[in-house]
Amino acid sequence: MHTPTTIETSWPDAIYANFRRVGVRQVGYVPDAGHSRLIALCQSDPNIADVVLTTEEEGVGLVAGAALGGQRAALLMQSSGVGNCINMFSLLRNCGFGCVVLVTMRGEFGEFNPWQVPMGAITEEALRLTGFLTYRIERAEDVDDIVGAGCDMAFDGNLQVAILLSQRLIGRKQWTR
Amino acid sequence: MLDRRDFVRRLLAERGDLLVVSGLGSATYDVAAAGDHPLNFYLWGAMGGTAMIGLGLALAKPNRRVAVLTGDGDMLMGIGSLATIGVKQPKNLVIVILDNAHYGETGMQQSHTHAGIDLVATALACRFKHARAVSRIEEAADVRALLHEGEGPILISARISEEDVPRVLPLRDGHAIKQRFIEALNAARN
Repeated sequence: MHTPTTIETSWPDAIYANFRRVGVRQVGYVPDAGHSRLIALCQSDPNIADVVLTTEEEGVGLVAGAALGGQRAALLMQSSGVGNCINMFSLLRNCGFGCVVLVTMRGEFGEFNPWQVPMGAITEEALRLTGFLTYRIERAEDVDDIVGAGCDMAFDGNLQVAILLSQRLIGRKQWTR
Repeated sequence: MLDRRDFVRRLLAERGDLLVVSGLGSATYDVAAAGDHPLNFYLWGAMGGTAMIGLGLALAKPNRRVAVLTGDGDMLMGIGSLATIGVKQPKNLVIVILDNAHYGETGMQQSHTHAGIDLVATALACRFKHARAVSRIEEAADVRALLHEGEGPILISARISEEDVPRVLPLRDGHAIKQRFIEALNAARN
């Protein structure tokens, strides 16, 4: 397996610490290089059910089902995955299911693949249009604070919160082999 | 061919503490017609998402039984979720597809199952513990037993008649459906 070695390790750990703090019990994801460390942390935690999805859209249903059963759930996806979820997001808005989505951005700072640009350019706007509060993180030192605030708003207030992790934060180097 | 209302009524008879998620359209009307219940989560949208809601609920409540009742169109739209469920292997999840091989809400256009696309074989290929088609009303008792005791994940394709039946419309307010469900589940304390 190709394991990116250039990822800054502190910010995924800060996200994971917040998952632990607020009691996230289910995490849905489509495998992603930017989220690889966070995914590994969740997989190794016996208190978190990690659910690998065939499409990000499935994760929206997962969040709703978890909430019906009294569990908090988070979704990890790339910006392209946001586009796969748009109609399904109506489930969260319509029923008031609290949800945190962590989005690794593609199609911006230093993107080598132009095919990522059209969706990456509209990701934040698409999230807002579907009812999400959005917060964008550019610097690793802001991750704990913003993810913490986002988790609290989502789960204390049954709100839909998306946190965009900028491509500059994630780092360009991991996209090269 | 099964009478859909009679079949669903038999599945949900004396349901105990069964948790039910119903897919948009006719499946939601069938579940409502069998008797409104606070542990019904009725979908009126989110097409393709019903099975995944069942998975999230089954993972959150491993000691409770979860039944997903939905149509062939909804299941086809979320067909990848069968693979996702196959990975997680929830023992307490049963999916019942009310398969009339048509899209009832939009004017009875033929679905993929009409052309022979086989959801039972798909479920087995996705490592479901058990999957089969039923078409006789006498089999309803067996399917009901699977809902309560079968080792999941299980998928049943119930071949129902294309006959149109009157709509039975339950709660439509998503917040109310959710809140009622959660309160009933919390009251059970397990």
